[in-house]
Parts: sequence; structure tokens; C-alpha cells
Amino acid sequence: MAEKVLMKGNEAIAEAAIAAGCRHFFGYPITPQTEVAAYMSKRMPKIGGVYLQAESEVASINMVLGAGAAGVRVMTSTSSPGISLMSEGISYIAGSDVPCLIVNVERGGPGLGGIQPSQSDYFQATKATGHGDFHMLVFAPSTVQETVDLISDAFDLGDKYRMPTMILSDGLLGQMMEPVILPEHKEPTDDKDWAAKGHQGKRAHNVVNSLYIDPKELEDLNFKRFEKYKHIMETEQRAEEYLVNDADIIIVAFGASSRISHSAVDMARKQGIKAGLIRPITLWPFPEKFIKKHVGHAKAFLSVEMNMGQMVEDVKLTVKDEKPVHFFGRTGGMVPTPKEVLEQIIKINGGEC
Amino acid sequence: MTDMNILLAGFGGQGILFTGKVIAYSGLMEGKEVSWLPSYGPEMRGGTANCSVCLSDAAIGSPLVTNPDVLVAMNLPSLDKFENDVVPGGLIIVDSSIIKKKVERTDVKTIYIPASEIAENAGIKGAANMVILGKLFKETNFCTPDNLDKGLQKTIPAKKMDLLDKNRLCIKLGTEN
Amino acid sequence: MSKVMGERPKALLDVPLHYCPGCTHGIVHRLVAEVIDELGIEGKTVGVASVGCSVFTYNYFGCDMVQAPHGRAPAVATGVKRARPEDVVFTYQGDGDLAAIGMGETVHAAARGENIVAIFINNAIYGMTGGQMAPTTLPGQVTQTTPYGRDTSVAGTPIRVCELLSSVKGVALAQRVTVDSVKNVKAAKKAIKKAFEYQMAGKGYCIVEVVSTCPTNWGMSPAESLQWLRDNMLPYYPLGVYKDVGEEEAKE
Repeated sequence: MAEKVLMKGNEAIAEAAIAAGCRHFFGYPITPQTEVAAYMSKRMPKIGGVYLQAESEVASINMVLGAGAAGVRVMTSTSSPGISLMSEGISYIAGSDVPCLIVNVERGGPGLGGIQPSQSDYFQATKATGHGDFHMLVFAPSTVQETVDLISDAFDLGDKYRMPTMILSDGLLGQMMEPVILPEHKEPTDDKDWAAKGHQGKRAHNVVNSLYIDPKELEDLNFKRFEKYKHIMETEQRAEEYLVNDADIIIVAFGASSRISHSAVDMARKQGIKAGLIRPITLWPFPEKFIKKHVGHAKAFLSVEMNMGQMVEDVKLTVKDEKPVHFFGRTGGMVPTPKEVLEQIIKINGGEC
Repeated sequence: MTDMNILLAGFGGQGILFTGKVIAYSGLMEGKEVSWLPSYGPEMRGGTANCSVCLSDAAIGSPLVTNPDVLVAMNLPSLDKFENDVVPGGLIIVDSSIIKKKVERTDVKTIYIPASEIAENAGIKGAANMVILGKLFKETNFCTPDNLDKGLQKTIPAKKMDLLDKNRLCIKLGTEN
Repeated sequence: MSKVMGERPKALLDVPLHYCPGCTHGIVHRLVAEVIDELGIEGKTVGVASVGCSVFTYNYFGCDMVQAPHGRAPAVATGVKRARPEDVVFTYQGDGDLAAIGMGETVHAAARGENIVAIFINNAIYGMTGGQMAPTTLPGQVTQTTPYGRDTSVAGTPIRVCELLSSVKGVALAQRVTVDSVKNVKAAKKAIKKAFEYQMAGKGYCIVEVVSTCPTNWGMSPAESLQWLRDNMLPYYPLGVYKDVGEEEAKE
């Protein structure tokens, strides 16, 4: 077995992408994700890869579109304001069915916001990253190891479904170091027969395009794409369950806030409160199956997020009116403490704190 | 030792993050769950630097240490800022060559060590952090001496391996003073 | 004197173009396709379509094509070229795309000496959206959004792209041509061919600016348009070579 090393989340993202056969990175510096770019700039030239610092996030996502359209494994990484700038390009990428990996190491917003960890881009990542009808596969790791593992999956599934995928990290997971076992390196492949890479006189020209002037044609294409999304919703939901089978109060939390919630669940259990945790690993597709299983026995749900209440809407859509759904969040770069979450659990449980 | 949450704080350039990394790596060698989280942002540009390190037998929840079991203060602003956050019964280690003030809390154990002076006298300027690490190690035994040395070796970049023995010496001085 | 000049170039697909009668896009398409044929590079060429009247170029060229967001063709082309350095990559952009919304991407692709060719159609107006002011609209020129003529005190002055890019070190070729006469068409083709050859030789960013017409939005007949181009556009946008590293190398 490979050796465990201590690695910063952001650097692990870069190394995992390289291990997954990614040799093309386009980006623009922004805190708190810059280590991804810095790592790539160091490694790519040594392995025959491409690191290019673009003039803006707008340019970098379109370089990703170009390289992805040409059929190579490609990625970019940025932090929240950068995703806003990339949203146009992401929409084109989705509309052109081009796979790529986009990493968002979230910081507080809106506007220039702050640089401390946040999860306030949940809506943006899962509902409306850009204009038009589309989705991305969105993964929310909660440890550095999981970040590494999900990057390989994100690339593979992006290729499989021909769609953009996102790793939704945050300043905490990006900056922290944890022990990690790096995966075996995969060689880059070049087997995308739809790509615009030069037809060599052997086939009709490939066109990678998102423009359809005929509304019927565009509607049909959107229908087809949403058939794919439906299949993904049915087959790709991922979540981790912790002490949920007998739980009265189930926390739903992803990424950094799930770590804190995990501690809070342990504290609650020590006090005799039957708390549990469902940790969505895919945010789109939202792991509603995992929640639905427990609606019957749970007394209440609590969505814990580092924002003003975003994922809680999906939890409510899943739980419907069958059980109360509560929300607790910190925002602006503030990280909730396990004690704060425990207080919410106690309150929901009908106790004083 | 069970779980230990450590907060190291001082000026940028004092090796705060490096020290944290040695502790984390030593913990890893010890078979513990570990995490290391630096402060980041404008403060790293010449101001204060701090770093959270968690060592645990179970998976680590929040890597952000808000109430440390151990506080290492290597400058006055850091002591002022974090003194009241230390858990009752916790430990504060103060570099007394830099901080002249005394800790006001009486419900914690405080150790004053003139780490900068000790390092300088040993001819290794700027290694106060390793002296403090030695002290912290002696007080808490967060790992075996062997694993501490392994953690140190893992943390020192290959290019700077010539500094290994100097760091070892400072750690030793920290355990002895 | 009109006669059949030759067969349809292979690199131009046998599909009806959507351009208005008298528009010079068709000529430029043909020239690009002829160059691709002559260099025998269709199988390794990737074109990047932009947004504007030339948005459908992906339907016309026989090489592989990628359609870029408005203004982003240089960035998309950068991605293609970096992924496939052995391919020949060109963008086909109008004045709004290249010199307004995409000026940042254009200047930076040029500054990186990005090994791509930009075919730049400058007709001083936004064609696709129905005749609004472009960054190259002439002072006093009437458009839908400069109904009283372009007032430079309000709307600024037109940008001379070749002149501007000639100061950028990464540019290998910056040449302005037009296609209003046989002689000029020949010169234009020569410039386009040189640009592709420079790319294949790895010389850097090449731009061929084609001063073009828009009879529909100018509100003129095709013949009137060509005369208006000669009388009004060419004085502001003089034809010529603004940068040519090949010539500079020859001098040294």
C-alpha cells in the first residue's frame, strides 16, 4: 500500500488530477485556491503537461472549453467570485457536452466577500451555474483523502456522461493538511471520437457546438440531455450515513460543515440524544434516496451549512411536510463549532441549552 | 494521550506553520488521526501567523482549533488574542525571550521558556520554534521520541536536510530547559 | 470579365451560406478554405467559430470546428492549440467579437504569442444583431445605436486593431487586407496563407484583418458598399502589413 503523506487539500487536488491523467490546467489566481495553480505550475512542465495562467477566469474557462472540445482531460480551479466569471463558459461547456473538471474552493460572499471558508455557492453549483437548462455533477468531499478519491471519479464520470463536473471544496478543506494516500497514476487517454481534434481525412468533421437556432432541435437536445440527467439522478446519488438508523434527529451536512456536525452528533449521543448524520457526497444529484429512507423514523431534520440556508431547500423538498426541517448556518467565513450545532440538536430535541 | 488540539501562534517567519507540520507528521507516524490548518489571508503577509493542529484517536471533526488544549504563544499579540480561549486545565507555552508579560489565567498550566535566547545561544538563530517544540513534546508526550524525529525528517524539505541536526539539537535543548 | 475561377474548395462544405447578398464573408470563407486545401491541412485543422454573423462557420468549413462564446474565440483556440499543438488552429471573428467583448482575450492571446491564426472581419458594424455600433464604427457613421452618427465625444473613437496589435511582441503577422477587387482578393489570400504558414512554423499569433462590407446594415447595394468601403473605411483603416516577423527576420 502506498504511504500516507500529509498534504494540503489544494495540493492534493492538483496531484490527484495529475494521477487521474489530467495534463491540462488553465486558471487564474484567487485565494483560497491558489495552491492548486501553484502546484500545477510546478508539476505540469515536468510531466509534459500544460499549465497556463490565463488573463482572467473568463479566459481560463474558455481555454478549458477549447481543450475539452479537443478531447483531452482538462481542469480549472478557482474560488467563488471566479465561478461567477466562469458561469458563461460553464453553460457553453454543458451545452456543448464537453467534459471537464471545475474546482471551487469556496470563500464567503456575496461580492468580493471574504477569503475565509464558506459554502454559500451551493445554489450556484447545483441550480444555476450559468444560463439555460443544465446540470453539472457536483461532488462535495469532506476530507483531503476523499477529495483525492472523488477527483478521479469526477473525471471518469464527466467523460462517461460528457458533462462538466465540479468539486465543491472550501477554504477549510483547501488549506488544511491531512494524511492522504495518493492513487496510482493513470496514463492520459485519447479516445473521444466526438472531439474536434482534426479529422485526418478519415471522417466527417466534428463540430462542438451549443448553438441551435431551430427551437425544436434545441428542445429535443435538451430533452435528450435531461434523459441523461434523469439516469444520473437515479444511479449516481452518493451520501454517507452516520448513526442514522435509530436517529431521532438527523443532521444533513456536507463538506466542512459535515465534519463539525459529525463531532456534534458524537457529543449529542454522549448526552443520550439519538442524533445522526447524512452527509451528501453528491450535491447534484442530490442524494434524496438517502434522506427518504429515514423520513419515517426521524423526528426532525437539521441542515447545517456555512451559508444562510441553501441546501435546506433540497432537504425540505425531499422531506416534504412529513417532518420538520430546521436550519443552522454560519456565514461570511465563520465556521460553526460542534458546540453550536449541539445546542441546535438539544433545542430541537425539546431540551434547554 | 487522548485527543489534543494545539494552537500555535506568532509572527510570520517564526516557523509557526513548520512547527505545526512537524507535530502533525509526528502524530501521523504515531498512528493518530491528524489535521493541520493554517491561518491564511492578509495576515500571512508580515503579520501574525497561526496554525491549528489536531491529534486524535478518532476521525477529526473541525480542524479549526477554537479552544486549544495547548497554546504556543511566540509573540505578545498572540498571547493576548488566544489566552482566554485555552480550555481550563490546558497548557500555555510562552517564549519568554519575546513576551515579557505573564499569563493572567490561573486555571491553566503555564510554561515560560526563553526559547529565542536558548536557540541563539546555541548558535542557531531563528530556531526558537524547535526549542518550543521540544518543550511541548516533553510536557505532553504527544508521540514517542522516535516518531518525533521521523516527523521532523518528513517535514524538512529535501533541499534543507543539512539543517536536520540543528533542529534536532534545538528540540533537545527544549526538552532540557 | 467574370468567369468561373475554379471548383469549390474541398475545405468549404457544399452547403448554402446564410450570408446576405453582396456580403464579403463568402469571399473570405473561400480564401480560408483554398488556403487549407493548398496546404493540405484540413485533416489537422480545427476552426473556432465566434459569435456574430460568422457564428455558423462551423457549418461551412470541412475541418473540425468548435463554437466559442462571444469574444472568447482566442481563449477557446488557445485551449485547442495547447491540447493539440500539432493541429492548425484558427479563429474567425467579427469586429464586435474580436475588438469589443473579446479584446482582452485577443490582446492576451497575442501577448502569449499563441500559435493561432485570427481571421478578423472588420465591417464597422454589428451585423447579426441588426446594425448596431461596433468598436470599429467610423466617426459620424450612422448605425442603429448611433442614429445621429457616431459622436466620438460620447462613444469614443474606432479602434485600429492591426496597429494596436503591432506593438505586441507575440504577434508574428498583423496585416490588413480587403476583398473589393481581384487584386485585393489575391493579396488577401496571400496574407491568409502566410498566416497559416507562420503558425505551422511556430512563429506566433497571426491576425489578418479583412476590411469588409455589410450591405444590409449599411443600407446600400453591394456595389455601393464596396465604393463606401474604399471611400470611407480604407482611409481610416489603411491596408498594409503592420507587423511581419518574417520580413523582420529577412532584414536581419
